[in-house]
Amino acid sequence: MKRWALPALLLAALLSLWQIAASTGALENALNLQSFLVPSPAEVAESLWDNRSLLAENAWVTLREMFFGILAAIIVGVGFAVLMHRWRVMRDAAYPLIVASQTIPIVVISPILVTWFGYGITPKVVIIALVCFFPLTINALDGLRAVEPEAVKMMRSLDASRWQLFRRVEAPTALPHVFTGAKIAVVIAPIGAVFAEWAGSSAGLGHLIQSDTANFEVARQFATVAVLSGMALALMGLTVLAERRVVGWR
Amino acid sequence: MKPQIAEPDQISSAREQSGGELSLRGVSHSYGELVSLDRIDLEVSAGRVVGLVGPSGCGKSTLLELICGLREPSGGAISVAGSSDARERLARCAYMPQRDLLLPWYSAIDNAALALRNQGMRREAARTAARDLFERFGLGGFETSRPAELSGGMRQRVAFLRTLIAGKPVLALDEPFAALDAITRAEMQEWLATALRTDPRTVVLVTHDVEEALYLCDRVAVLSSRPGRIVAELGAAARRAEDRDAAVTDPAFVAAREEALRALREGSR
Repeated sequence: MKRWALPALLLAALLSLWQIAASTGALENALNLQSFLVPSPAEVAESLWDNRSLLAENAWVTLREMFFGILAAIIVGVGFAVLMHRWRVMRDAAYPLIVASQTIPIVVISPILVTWFGYGITPKVVIIALVCFFPLTINALDGLRAVEPEAVKMMRSLDASRWQLFRRVEAPTALPHVFTGAKIAVVIAPIGAVFAEWAGSSAGLGHLIQSDTANFEVARQFATVAVLSGMALALMGLTVLAERRVVGWR
Repeated sequence: MKPQIAEPDQISSAREQSGGELSLRGVSHSYGELVSLDRIDLEVSAGRVVGLVGPSGCGKSTLLELICGLREPSGGAISVAGSSDARERLARCAYMPQRDLLLPWYSAIDNAALALRNQGMRREAARTAARDLFERFGLGGFETSRPAELSGGMRQRVAFLRTLIAGKPVLALDEPFAALDAITRAEMQEWLATALRTDPRTVVLVTHDVEEALYLCDRVAVLSSRPGRIVAELGAAARRAEDRDAAVTDPAFVAAREEALRALREGSR
């Protein structure tokens, strides 16, 4: 049996349950709501098809935000990790602040960033990067520190410069850890994207969900969530493919 | 000074060119309060193989790191080829750690050529140099293998070539064969003996295997348990004889082994 067969089976079972509960009217009775507020999976699928060009347009906007946000997070996160690894004083000074920065709710910071950077793509990229850089920094730092002291001694004795030690030993050791961080980052990036769009935007899947909330377009909201999840899973898949190519020795 | 032991011919030629003599005078080392080595005196002339045996935790690995300039002693003086500066020592010693620590992202040949790459040689030139050594030392055909595809003995050979290729007069080997099974270990000892016959260097070999030390070394220093002191020094017993099996069963060798074990036991008390 294929690796995806079991989760697919479970998903089908859950959707069937939902379908039965919605189409028999059991769900709307239990929630005491009108039926258009409690769409069945079939209605969500129908909405997905009917709104395909609208969803595609907005998905493209969100995908771009996520791409640049994750890219910024990788550059900043790995850069921080390298600096903190290289200079002990940097780590001692910055590490507690980086951890503390994660306790600031992104919902609070998003409107401020929109005030500062406007309604364009910039605040979205910044917010997504803020959400994603933490797992990247922490994992990259752990990876750099995973180098065995004996290997460092061996390299020093074989005339390696600081840069050669980094390039030939530390960076390859850290790389699998960076991919672990990237896999977490691509999965949480949509959360950042939605909050960023809620704080102020004119397009994107988050924006669509927000306006549909006001218009009770529940079926399309579910359809939008499905697209968002699909995008996160696709990014995850791409990351895993890249990992297999780059970290081929594992 | 200990009396000098007569040199075999093939080594004396290397002595003149290598300049790898070692001198340790009253070398002590401590980790904070813990004294790990206590006033070690050791003189090794160039091209000689000296063994350090002792119980676990007696500081023999630390002593190796001190010689290589990877650490500084708390007291006493260490000089390698006349220089006691740690950077100079580092430049003259090649260190081989206990485990092979081959880098899994490089092929066997790129692992062996690591020092040449670090010294600034281009990849192809470094590979050509390493390929020559692979042929000479029984690794031909394994150039492009990944470390994970090699057996334990093969990995140690690559690790040793990586140490040798650095072109340094002194090799510091930290229990190179400790992780191997008995048969492979005996094969590797013979292999190392051959390698040192064709490419002689000053070698400091740390081991807990008395037989290995007596077979491979020109001189063996026995260290006591912590703080490590030299409690006995033994002369050559087999001196890397081509026929290892015959050498280690020779009555003189057996007697030397018993003497070393006795010194080891007394030093461990």
